[in-house]
Amino acid sequence: MPRISPRVTQGLALAGIWGTGIVTLIILAVIIAYVLVKGSADIDWSFLTTPPRGGLSGEGGISTVIVCTLYLIALTMAISVPLGLGAAIYLSEYAPDNRMTRLIRYGTEVLAGVPSIVFGLFGFALFVTALNFRFSILSGSLTLACLLLPTMIRTSEEALRAVPRSHREAALALGATRWQTVWRVLLPAALPGIVTAIILSIGRAVGETACLFVTMGSTTAMPTSLFSGGRSLSMHLLYLVMDTNAIEKALATGVVLVITIIVINAITNWLSQRFRARMTGGA
Amino acid sequence: MRKRYLIDRGSRGLLLICATASVAVLLAIAVFILQRSLPAFGEIGLLDFLLGTKWDPNPVGDTPPSFGILVMIVGTVLVTLGALVIAIPLGLGCAVLLADMAPHHFRQILRPAVELLTGIPSVVYGLVGLVLIVPLVRQIGGPGLSLAAGIIVLAAMILPTVISISEDSIRAVPRIYREGALALGATSWQTMWRVVLPAARSGIAASIVLGMGRAVGEAMAMVLVIGMAKAMPNSLLDPARPMAPGIALETGYAGGIHLSALFAIGVVLFLFIVIINSIAIVVFKRGARA
Repeated sequence: MPRISPRVTQGLALAGIWGTGIVTLIILAVIIAYVLVKGSADIDWSFLTTPPRGGLSGEGGISTVIVCTLYLIALTMAISVPLGLGAAIYLSEYAPDNRMTRLIRYGTEVLAGVPSIVFGLFGFALFVTALNFRFSILSGSLTLACLLLPTMIRTSEEALRAVPRSHREAALALGATRWQTVWRVLLPAALPGIVTAIILSIGRAVGETACLFVTMGSTTAMPTSLFSGGRSLSMHLLYLVMDTNAIEKALATGVVLVITIIVINAITNWLSQRFRARMTGGA
Repeated sequence: MRKRYLIDRGSRGLLLICATASVAVLLAIAVFILQRSLPAFGEIGLLDFLLGTKWDPNPVGDTPPSFGILVMIVGTVLVTLGALVIAIPLGLGCAVLLADMAPHHFRQILRPAVELLTGIPSVVYGLVGLVLIVPLVRQIGGPGLSLAAGIIVLAAMILPTVISISEDSIRAVPRIYREGALALGATSWQTMWRVVLPAARSGIAASIVLGMGRAVGEAMAMVLVIGMAKAMPNSLLDPARPMAPGIALETGYAGGIHLSALFAIGVVLFLFIVIINSIAIVVFKRGARA
């Protein structure tokens, strides 16, 4: 077999690699373009402000679904942000290198890999049936908060670790306690990073369906309390496709979702760039 | 004077409690799912459950229900392997491009694109797959809703995971490795293939394992494109029914032993993830020793 010259393999390999990059860009472009072009035909003000007609028709808008999504996200964040941030502070500032800490880190890692639907089964067993919260926004939020916990911990721990050592040393040298250092020095310095972590979690919450599918029910009525059932935007899209033939309405809902994700990505990129500049610029 | 030390003590305790929350949730998940699955394992029997080929929880007439999940296990394995076969080469290529070979301006387009792919909700992947990929597959043959459609959609979904983690590990290879190889006269591709990629292999393996975990657990996008048939698939053009979407579809209305059987599928799914992660740990250790 004749040896292929390195120059030829180099050319082939480069072509292949560029090919993969272009294919990836095409995949993204097709998804975004298809949803935006096909879906925006059905989007107007009344689509956003009228409730779904309900039943199997798929007609109507998505107003109650938007309200329900906002409730869901607010409640989920109210649970997962304090817990996740607390855990992140402990892991980055306090945790001694012992068995306990290793167990916590291992547990968080394993939890990050547990599939959404398994969280759903857990939420169904504990919140929906054992605690009798029924199919409700409360059950959904609690389940979703558990699912987001590892992400929240990892991203806020990164934000805290990005704060230079000198900040901590200066505070402690002034006689501040550990907690004063955390509260008055670290948290303000890491705030943009923590906000980034929260917004990233919101992005995941918006896209999550499987764990909510089995804990939140499917009603399209306007939620009146935490014990009301409901659907998030992603769930609504799913129900539109599964129960009706309203592909146009599903695509229109997809437009709202995709635009939300684009905005969230833009905000987090902007924030994390500023944060990185501040941490390395020594402010 | 005393007060601030008390606050210091108290806050430390509170933070420790927060930190143990994820371990507590993990334990609670294990306990609840195992406990709810026990009746099914008891009544159906482990072997009949794992190796039975018929899943018929609510049969018409007097026939007893059957709870065999072999079709679902096969579905999960096939769709995951298929997605990996597509996503690994694509993802590695992109990772190399992003970490090393692409000019700056191309990177500035590709990187946000990968981030956006990560953020797009799985139901949107499912929807686009349903209206674009499924009709394409139908033109080749079969009902369209099929393993092939599931594989393509899933490959796109796990692509960003493979890309971003492999890229990090390729980037982490020390500069001197590259400089040494280039100084010896290697082309940039020889440097990448013979020096950089082998040095980054444990991170690349991790990216593949994480992608695999995501593929095994994906439920809702699969519900939309894979057909959810209860028969064993004979070809890529046949529909299939992986475990995760199989659980999702029925949990809302199931009761009794049927519900317990769904929890039992959850246990099997959980074990799949644990096994995949353990393989990753072994691979990591071998990589570290070499």
